[in-house]
Amino acid sequence: MASVLAPEIPAPGFSFENCQRNAFLDQKGFPAPKATKTGTTIVGIIYADGVILGADTRATENTVVSDKNCQKIHYLAGNMYCCGAGTAADTEMTTQTVASQLELQRLHTGRTVPVETAATLLKRMLFRYQGHIGAALVLGGVDRSGPHIYCIYPHGSVDKLPYATMGSGSLAAMAVFEARWKPDMSEEEGKKLVRDAIAAGIFNDLGSGSNVDLCVIRTTGPAQYLRTYEEANVKGKKQGSYRYPLGTTAVLRQRIIPLEVEAVSVRQVQPMDE
Amino acid sequence: MSILAYNGGAVVAMKGKDCVAIATDKRYGIQAQTISSNFPKVFQMGPTLYVGLPGLATDTQTVHQRLKFRMNLYELKENRIMRPKTFSAMLSNLLYEKRFGPYFIEPVVAGLDPLDNQPYVCNMDLIGCPNEPEDFVVSGTCTDQLYGMCEALWEPDLKPDELFETISQVFT
Repeated sequence: MASVLAPEIPAPGFSFENCQRNAFLDQKGFPAPKATKTGTTIVGIIYADGVILGADTRATENTVVSDKNCQKIHYLAGNMYCCGAGTAADTEMTTQTVASQLELQRLHTGRTVPVETAATLLKRMLFRYQGHIGAALVLGGVDRSGPHIYCIYPHGSVDKLPYATMGSGSLAAMAVFEARWKPDMSEEEGKKLVRDAIAAGIFNDLGSGSNVDLCVIRTTGPAQYLRTYEEANVKGKKQGSYRYPLGTTAVLRQRIIPLEVEAVSVRQVQPMDE
Repeated sequence: MSILAYNGGAVVAMKGKDCVAIATDKRYGIQAQTISSNFPKVFQMGPTLYVGLPGLATDTQTVHQRLKFRMNLYELKENRIMRPKTFSAMLSNLLYEKRFGPYFIEPVVAGLDPLDNQPYVCNMDLIGCPNEPEDFVVSGTCTDQLYGMCEALWEPDLKPDELFETISQVFT
């Protein structure tokens, strides 16, 4: 029995409360609107001592760029990161859920979680929802068995590859990899290759754009997240100013709401002399 | 027609130098017919925290009530007020829970962080994908026009009265 003191615990997972209403609206000629998609270029490669992940930073809503500098490389654990393409909310929430499961696993076992574990958690989650969670992921990380790159598709299939690309710019980026990727590249070579692959996506695919983000995960030492590794599209400077002079807008009514500012003062108390 | 445009309405929020601004219309219509011109879409959620919920009017009100409920529980449990970033995370989770049967709203959050008074603006799509840019956010029925006006008029480091002038001219 639920009461005020002992409320019923709501069921975990997705809620389908509004589905009947939304289906009714759909039938009346109001289809559900589309969510933000990240028309994207995301890539990952294995190099001599680790993996390098790369992503562009554009988010789109139909034809409008809704975010010029969004983050598409998501944190999973200290030794692995995950790039996301597809429905923006799905990639964000799926990686967050899996990141928390991985952290619990790490605390439970007391050792670094293998990349395979993350790949399995992600593919099970996506397979369970039969492709309705539109997340296409490139998972990269290192563990005791070495560096790994996984490609995970929205329906739950997985590829394990030495170099991978995903998203609408995947063809442009893969063209660069097919031409120039080779085993055991140096870090500088690898970063250059990933940058060029992302740049190929940014400049040749309309769904991708703005800047290049990189993430280098070395088998030795911590991951290095290079947010805005390169600003591929520097915005031109505005030549004129369209500023309106103060007082242009007629103010009909104004209400000033005073803010309560909480001040914290710390008083040092000296110990009394004996 | 999209259900998001059924009742109409738009919200803009902008960052300035140590300040934020949020603007909204107050129309409540049914497609082309205006029913009321005093329908709130922006709600005060804290001393320096505002949320705009443009979209389907029924969901504007439902989501506002659900947010208020979750926020009251948080503030009672934690005995402190909610930061804008925390609020966005809460709203994002609330919307994503309804991933397969969403509320038809595209929220805007604007506020100052109670700890360091840093300005914060954020908008989301209807299933809660957050977007936290450095300049401005727009949402609602005329986003294309609002994006254009914002890109033209907005400049970095506007003082409060300049920000007021900018946001009101963007909106009119």
